[in-house]
Amino acid sequence: MAQLDFSAVFSGEFRDWLISGFLLSLRLMVMTLALALPLGAAIALCRLSSVAALRWFGAASVEGIRNIPLLMHLLFWYFAMPELLPAAARDWLNTHGAETICAVIALTLYTSSYIAEDVRSGIRAVPATQLEAARALGFGYLVSMRRIVLPQAVRITIPPLISQTLSLWKNTSIATVIGTAELMYQAQRVETASFRGVETFVLVTVAYLGVSLIITGAASWFQHRFPVRAS
Amino acid sequence: MIALLENYWLYFLVGQFPGGPLGGLALTILLGGGALLLALPLGVLLGLGRVSVSRWLRWPVTTFVYVVRGTPLLMVVFWAYFFLPSLTGQKTGQFTTMLAALVFFNGAYLAEIVRAGIQGVPRGQLEAAQSLGLGYAETMRRVILPQALRNMLPSLVNQFVATLKETSLGYIIGLSELSFIASQINIQVLTQPLAVYGIAALTYFLLCFGLSRLSYRLEARLARSGPEALPA
Repeated sequence: MAQLDFSAVFSGEFRDWLISGFLLSLRLMVMTLALALPLGAAIALCRLSSVAALRWFGAASVEGIRNIPLLMHLLFWYFAMPELLPAAARDWLNTHGAETICAVIALTLYTSSYIAEDVRSGIRAVPATQLEAARALGFGYLVSMRRIVLPQAVRITIPPLISQTLSLWKNTSIATVIGTAELMYQAQRVETASFRGVETFVLVTVAYLGVSLIITGAASWFQHRFPVRAS
Repeated sequence: MIALLENYWLYFLVGQFPGGPLGGLALTILLGGGALLLALPLGVLLGLGRVSVSRWLRWPVTTFVYVVRGTPLLMVVFWAYFFLPSLTGQKTGQFTTMLAALVFFNGAYLAEIVRAGIQGVPRGQLEAAQSLGLGYAETMRRVILPQALRNMLPSLVNQFVATLKETSLGYIIGLSELSFIASQINIQVLTQPLAVYGIAALTYFLLCFGLSRLSYRLEARLARSGPEALPA
């Protein structure tokens, strides 16, 4: 095997490509998380609602989205959805980076349906007696929720949400199929241009692993710092 | 829509088979099932390594599992795509490449399922088996693993769903599975991306939703039958 030469792929324009890809991957993760958290929480509240129609809507959207591969979501939003738009909107999309916008839409919908399930089971994991006991002690409904139920629910929900973030980070790589210029896309580009596959893939794997390890570390720090108490 | 189905249903289901290589839905199911079946022994071995008493076994296995779980599957696919040929010395087809990547990747995920399954078996079972004179290997094979595997069944079905969804990444290396065939049909028809991708998405949904219902029922059934003769 030839000598590994990392400076060949981590200098000049190759380095710029890889760094811009890494930054776009991080941006995809942050933007998706910012949109998917409220959306997921809203879907979770729909699923827990006392209105049957909302419950059905929540369940249908979660099952419908989760049981279709992310790759199909990306293809759908990039190739099929623009057909439904008026020409003006399509032009706007094409001049404003359709690849990134469609990737964020697909990743957001996909991630939010997983987040919804985590939030839902977090809320359900707090025994109903906690609320009843708080009310019996004279707290109002809102105060009971804010001071008794939600703090416990958040404690239970944060670790699965962190591991969803890890999945999301890895999932951003699939956006390469619609040509979003994130890290995996730039890796293929550098590999093709430099013929240095091993070096490129080692660097990119380390970049993915590095962020994954930080996220995993955050999860175990949280569980250590805020362990779930038996209620 | 009807014309689309009439013209392309066979291509969609089996690709160019029998005149050419198998593809489409059949290939997706074959790849997903094959990958999970082959990953299972790997997952059991890695899972045993994860709970081993010897740290010389536990630490490397744990590191391996963490590294694979922190890497995107697509990265593993690319590694397989570029380096299987230089490793084996001959050209590797897309199916083999994808199968190898999925087995490797799912092995690490199954390891955690197996570990949880083993740790879910009450400790008294291990102690009882050993006090009856069974060795470690015998205890694992005859007492712990059969009970652990039974508890793991719902998770295994869920993992199968995940694997089926992961086979769609074969699209990127040009493997003619369901999503690749769908985009081929889309290129040929050109005017109906909504219908083409809609049908493909619905196919994945029916397959995966059906299986996840099965896992749900298995779980309910296991919970009902319960661990009857299992003193803690």
